[in-house]
Amino acid sequence: MSREIDARGLLCPEPVLLTRRELAKMTSGTLRVRVNTAAAKENVTRLAESMGWEVETASEGDEFVLTLHRPEKKS
Amino acid sequence: MKEKRLLVVFAGAVFGLTGVLLVRLGNPPNMGVCIACFLRDIAGSLGLHRTTIVQYMRPEIPGLVLGAFAAALAAREFRAVGGSATFTRFILGMTAMLGMLAFLGCPLRALLRLAGGDLNALLGLAGLFAGVSAGAFFISRGFTLGRAAPQKKFHGYVFPALFLVFLVLSTLRPPLLFFSKEGPGSLHAPFFISLGAGILLGILAQRSRLCTIGGIRDFLLFRDAHLLYGFLALFGTALLANLALGSFKPGFADQPVAHSDGLWNFLGMSLAGWCSALLGGCPLRQLVAAGEGNTDCAATVLGLLFGAALAHSLGFAASAKGVPAGAQAAVIFGFLVVFLISVLNSNLLTIFAKKKGDLDVQGN
Repeated sequence: MSREIDARGLLCPEPVLLTRRELAKMTSGTLRVRVNTAAAKENVTRLAESMGWEVETASEGDEFVLTLHRPEKKS
Repeated sequence: MKEKRLLVVFAGAVFGLTGVLLVRLGNPPNMGVCIACFLRDIAGSLGLHRTTIVQYMRPEIPGLVLGAFAAALAAREFRAVGGSATFTRFILGMTAMLGMLAFLGCPLRALLRLAGGDLNALLGLAGLFAGVSAGAFFISRGFTLGRAAPQKKFHGYVFPALFLVFLVLSTLRPPLLFFSKEGPGSLHAPFFISLGAGILLGILAQRSRLCTIGGIRDFLLFRDAHLLYGFLALFGTALLANLALGSFKPGFADQPVAHSDGLWNFLGMSLAGWCSALLGGCPLRQLVAAGEGNTDCAATVLGLLFGAALAHSLGFAASAKGVPAGAQAAVIFGFLVVFLISVLNSNLLTIFAKKKGDLDVQGN
């Protein structure tokens, strides 16, 4: 299931906090985070990567959409 | 991400080195770069306060703003936004400045003071950690000043334009402005060196997102030391530069543009740290974000300027002689203000509000 967070217009550290809160509920899957500052893009990317998620970034006009992905672990 | 880490360390190191070199070239001791002191001097130069020893149109500040503005434009990161509790941010900026003028410096200067051997800054830095911890406590309990919305590009240009006017005034030195003839306001590096340093630091701060408050905050909230590396690089480089140039003079007594009242050094910086954590960044970061088009941060900078004017007009500012009763009262009142803003915009009251049924404490 894919989820989405809208962190546009929020200053640090709020985009990171929102992302962390959502990632804490997920063990795998995809989370999309929408931000509109380069600082938020970098901070969210740093957090996600440190938690073991892969990050893809796409620009949409003045905004960035980060796609955080972690595949399901095979047991 | 490795290159980002290198960039923030490099930016911190350049800030530290520039901070020491600007003092060598004429800026007041341990005040190579201080956002609080320089905004206070600008407020004085504009006649917003009449403390004759701290009046100078410091070119470093317009340089920083315009450097950040140019870097944001070049990187296509300029975004005109606003509307996130703008006036509350103004008040938080004002309150932060009252704390910084009780300590005599912004977080950058706290590091530069310590790097010059001023051990009073240790208490200031301890206060800064305590204040940012208080801010982080509320942030992790839902504190928010709400979202900013996109605005017409024009509105983002107004702040850099204002500082361009300040730069022109700084060049022309018209007689209607005030320029100190003695004291810290009379001490400055040559104009073009100050301006060039400001532009360079503005570009580096914009590209690296260097922020002293962010460094402490991210470490406390996420155990993320990224920005803290910049903070440490700044201190380390300034310390080495001071040692190399023979300007490291360790001690508590008789430090330049400083007092040794430990309690108020601690409390002043606690207040500044708490306010800045709620604002999302230190005074340097506010200047840079305002240069990037954030009009809420522009209001914060005006709040800082207003706080400096108020502190010096009404005797709320400390000096090398000590911390007057007015400054102590202002800091205590500031704590009350920041506490109320913190509580009323976090979800600590949510349980209470849910019982009442109809209150929205999220502030959006």
